[in-house]
Amino acid sequence: MTRWLPNPVLTAALLAMWLLLSQSLSPGQVLLGAIAALLAALGLAALRPEPIRVLAIRPAIRLAGLVLADILRSNLAVGRIVLFRKRETVSGFVRIPLDMTNIHGLTVLACIITATPGTMWVRFDRATGALMIHVLDLVDEESWVRLIKDRYECLLQEIFGP
Amino acid sequence: MIQAPDLPVWAALLVGLLVLAGAAVTLVGSLGLLRLRNFYQRVHAPTLGTTLGTLLIALSSIVCFSVLRSRPVVHELLIVVFVTLTTPVTLMLLARAALYRDRIAGSTDVPAAELEPTER
Repeated sequence: MTRWLPNPVLTAALLAMWLLLSQSLSPGQVLLGAIAALLAALGLAALRPEPIRVLAIRPAIRLAGLVLADILRSNLAVGRIVLFRKRETVSGFVRIPLDMTNIHGLTVLACIITATPGTMWVRFDRATGALMIHVLDLVDEESWVRLIKDRYECLLQEIFGP
Repeated sequence: MIQAPDLPVWAALLVGLLVLAGAAVTLVGSLGLLRLRNFYQRVHAPTLGTTLGTLLIALSSIVCFSVLRSRPVVHELLIVVFVTLTTPVTLMLLARAALYRDRIAGSTDVPAAELEPTER
């Protein structure tokens, strides 16, 4: 955005975090939190020049709901594999061609894939846009490619841009 | 509940159930470390503790202190957020170290390195 407020979304989120941690809405805490959030946002802008732009809020809310539901579902699925599965579970690596190049979108995707039990981000090649993930219960590679691309990637592109 | 004598029965029951459920989910994740076959499978298991396990225990803390102080106490949610945001760092590091080790050892179970230009 401007030189003194490079990441308004991040600054607001950091201020909210500060107020939650201090559990108070007193003017002193708001001022202190605002200063800390502003300094942190300036520091990030120096380290990572690409600003965070949130283009749309609605897909972000939808994504948060989807991810929460997926995390709960895969917790149950992985728990079932650990407790009851007698036969050998087939797991393996899946290569996914991504169209998204925005680093913030990729960061969020990494958090989603890793936080969901049963899938793990292994490596991403910026040159080719190829993402490699490891899947615990691999039945069909193509369905995983479709899942990541249709469920998460297009929403993330709506949020952060291509 | 000696530490929280003011907690009503319904809240004490709810808090107890949530803590037990969170601990059980985390235990299942830890059991996975024993039961699953290879490194790449095992690394998935502790994620149960860092997602649903943490969430349930944080929820029980929210219920307990919201009832005790008669106002919403939600800053425990930050624990869930921070744990979710920081697990990828260590998991990715572990996975890539394991992948590197297996490739050096010439294992055929992992994707070959020629598709990775940065490692050529």
